[in-house]
Amino acid sequence: MSFDINEYYSRLNGGDVLMAFKGSITSELISNVLEVVESRLDEYDESSKIRKKVYNVLVESLQNLYHHIEVLPDVMQKEYDEKFGILVVCRLDDRYRISTGNFITQDKVDVLRKKIDKINTMSREELKDMYKFILNHQRLSEKGGGGLGLVDIARKTGNQLEYTFERYDDIYYFFNLDVYINLAK
Amino acid sequence: MEALSIEGTAKTPSVKFDGHEGVIEIKGRSIPENSIEFYKPLVEWLEEYSSTPMDLTQVNVQLEYFNTSSSKCILDVFKKLEAIHKGKSEVIINWYYEEDDEDMLEAGEDYESIIRVPFKMIEIVE
Repeated sequence: MSFDINEYYSRLNGGDVLMAFKGSITSELISNVLEVVESRLDEYDESSKIRKKVYNVLVESLQNLYHHIEVLPDVMQKEYDEKFGILVVCRLDDRYRISTGNFITQDKVDVLRKKIDKINTMSREELKDMYKFILNHQRLSEKGGGGLGLVDIARKTGNQLEYTFERYDDIYYFFNLDVYINLAK
Repeated sequence: MEALSIEGTAKTPSVKFDGHEGVIEIKGRSIPENSIEFYKPLVEWLEEYSSTPMDLTQVNVQLEYFNTSSSKCILDVFKKLEAIHKGKSEVIINWYYEEDDEDMLEAGEDYESIIRVPFKMIEIVE
């Protein structure tokens, strides 16, 4: 049986949910999500440091989705929006979790897995050096992505990037990424 | 040369480039999905300014948020300023960050280590 996205989505919707969305990830959607989450963060009376971290990481997570999302084939569009992605932001006891999910074609799985595994082994100093290297040497893609998103997220949160790849069918995998921002720091 | 003035939006910063005063300001949020389009006129303005810059150019960068797409474009802006600084005129970059915003301070220090222009880190205390 293939991976059940609805089941996975409802599993993510535990704890204090600030925002949950599944559907097409567009520029307008990103603006709306940012506005809603920003005002919801104000309700929690977090320090400006935490608010900023959550907001920054949310921007990068959403824009990672936006830049890397696959346009799904017609047959899948019966069930999913064209640029289907999932986002859930929730507050747990001692940290925030930002979860994103999107389809990726099977040929991209290994490269992405290696990239994240590498980031997860790096120290703070190494991440800083990697960030500066990419910043200074790699050009922006036409869409505006710079290959810096995940490095930036790892650097700002100081936490491991937790992920899974679930097989959907012969072509697609569903990529889930959980990013944590600690409350006390 | 004509000043460059752009109003800020929810995703893009306000911009005031004044060639007569030699003051360049970028303030607010810079989080567009595609930043190249937004920063293009800024880089072009600096290109023109670099032919007749003031003796001292003061650059004020006061960003609340910026995304990684913008970070490369901001580097392009700074590289233009570096070229001006290499000539006969002086450039100073004032990098503002809010109290406790270590990430923003660190971002400024990243640029400082790449760009050969004097930086001044200025903490905004509320």
